[in-house]
Amino acid sequence: MFAPKETDQTNRLCHSRHVKHTPLNDLHHELGAKMAPFAGYEMPIHYTGGIISEHHHVRSRAGLFDVSHMGQIRVGGKQAGAWLETLLPADLINLEAGAQRYSFLTSDSGGILDDLMVYRLEDEYCLVVNAANKEADLSLLQERLTTGVFVDPRQDFALLALQGPQAAAALESIAPAVKHLTFMTASEIRIAGIECCVTRSGYTGEDGFEISTHETSALDLASVLLALDSVEPSGLGARDTLRLEAGLCLHGNDIGPRTSPVEAGLSWAIPASRRSGGVRAGAFPGAERILKEIEHGPSQKRVGIRPIGKAPVRAHAPLLAPNNTLVGEVTSGGFGPSVGAPIAMAYLPSTFAEPGTTLEAQVRNKALPVTVCRLPFVPHRYHQKT
Amino acid sequence: MTDLKFTADHEWARLDGDIATIGITDYAQDQLGDLVYVELPETGLNVTAGQEVVVIESVKAAGDIKSPFNGTIIEVNERLGEEPEKVNEDPTGEGWFYRIQLSSDVDLDSFMDESAYQNLVSSLD
Repeated sequence: MFAPKETDQTNRLCHSRHVKHTPLNDLHHELGAKMAPFAGYEMPIHYTGGIISEHHHVRSRAGLFDVSHMGQIRVGGKQAGAWLETLLPADLINLEAGAQRYSFLTSDSGGILDDLMVYRLEDEYCLVVNAANKEADLSLLQERLTTGVFVDPRQDFALLALQGPQAAAALESIAPAVKHLTFMTASEIRIAGIECCVTRSGYTGEDGFEISTHETSALDLASVLLALDSVEPSGLGARDTLRLEAGLCLHGNDIGPRTSPVEAGLSWAIPASRRSGGVRAGAFPGAERILKEIEHGPSQKRVGIRPIGKAPVRAHAPLLAPNNTLVGEVTSGGFGPSVGAPIAMAYLPSTFAEPGTTLEAQVRNKALPVTVCRLPFVPHRYHQKT
Repeated sequence: MTDLKFTADHEWARLDGDIATIGITDYAQDQLGDLVYVELPETGLNVTAGQEVVVIESVKAAGDIKSPFNGTIIEVNERLGEEPEKVNEDPTGEGWFYRIQLSSDVDLDSFMDESAYQNLVSSLD
């Protein structure tokens, strides 16, 4: 068989190249995690219960994820908002303190260099970027730096995600202030005496929080959170099945330097003020292509895919029209534990992107029937402001 | 100790006359994680040793299982179509894959017994 050997070899190779550890590495091992290299870090894929059980626990109760491999960058200075707007198609000048937005660093050709969360704390903007891109993001920011702006790569900060319908009740029991947070807001809050920066957001489609704290406090914070009723440790395996069911993009798979935000179905993240006719229209990298696609429609679109059988259809599987012509490719795919069936995402030209369209996915030289469907596969259950 | 024979590819075989039952080991299912799909061969299929006969997919990965023997597939564990998790729960029992009628003599010395297999597994961890 294949997988055991491959995994072991990959592990060994990465060890020899000094794989990085998060501040919770020892804890993961104590909890019996199956560890694997991810974006240069040794990360927990799952703990003793396995991916499917962790997935269901997050959907029904609450899971704690270590996502300290992600990049946390602070941008400050009088011109910080205006300067960031030259890199991101977001409204940051008028972003209120405590508000959070989803955005992306775009390339000059209108592709997505990285997708990120950005929130404002009084005078500073806090960016949370993908682990695999954080060095490149930082270089880009430092290259474009102007006077009156500073960039602080907070490499000594950990990030924990507490996700699930019982995350709020659990966290409120030790930090009542979090009840004032609604979806996509942020605040500096003490949790069990530990200084934290908490946002009400995540990558699972569930209500929940992402909590940033100094690396020296990370183990204390994780221990406090894991001791809460209903909270179980969850690994990157469940994080991936949860985000796929929620229809959320993984950079490097579902979005990248060659896909535009409009093709990816992420135009909602570009506010009116940055679109044609807006008060600060354009003036971000790739604006020409992106604004044109918003007006005239993109040539391809990200869609959901439901294989009709039980066989998972994974990333890179070609999608064929009934006349056997190649029309697209799966970008993420696997088994959706809450859906109870295989699910996938793909890019298709508009003519094939209508929900209900039947196509064939090529898997191991077999043509498996699949149906185009709307995203997400599992409805989001965020704590929206009422 | 069991009467099972093991391969370096983490399969087990239980021999009963000229019929062998095949599955994957507990170590293999643990490495793969939760199985979500098992594609079994058709009964009546003639296979040669080394031929890929079963496809398994876990949440994490997909892979092929090769036949350790020459022979004819005479029975498959249909239950795995609906309950692939049986492979995780009981890999050497209810999680068996198929039965094969051997068409040639088998050199049992080319397989490991349980203690030799456990030594192999310990060397991998």
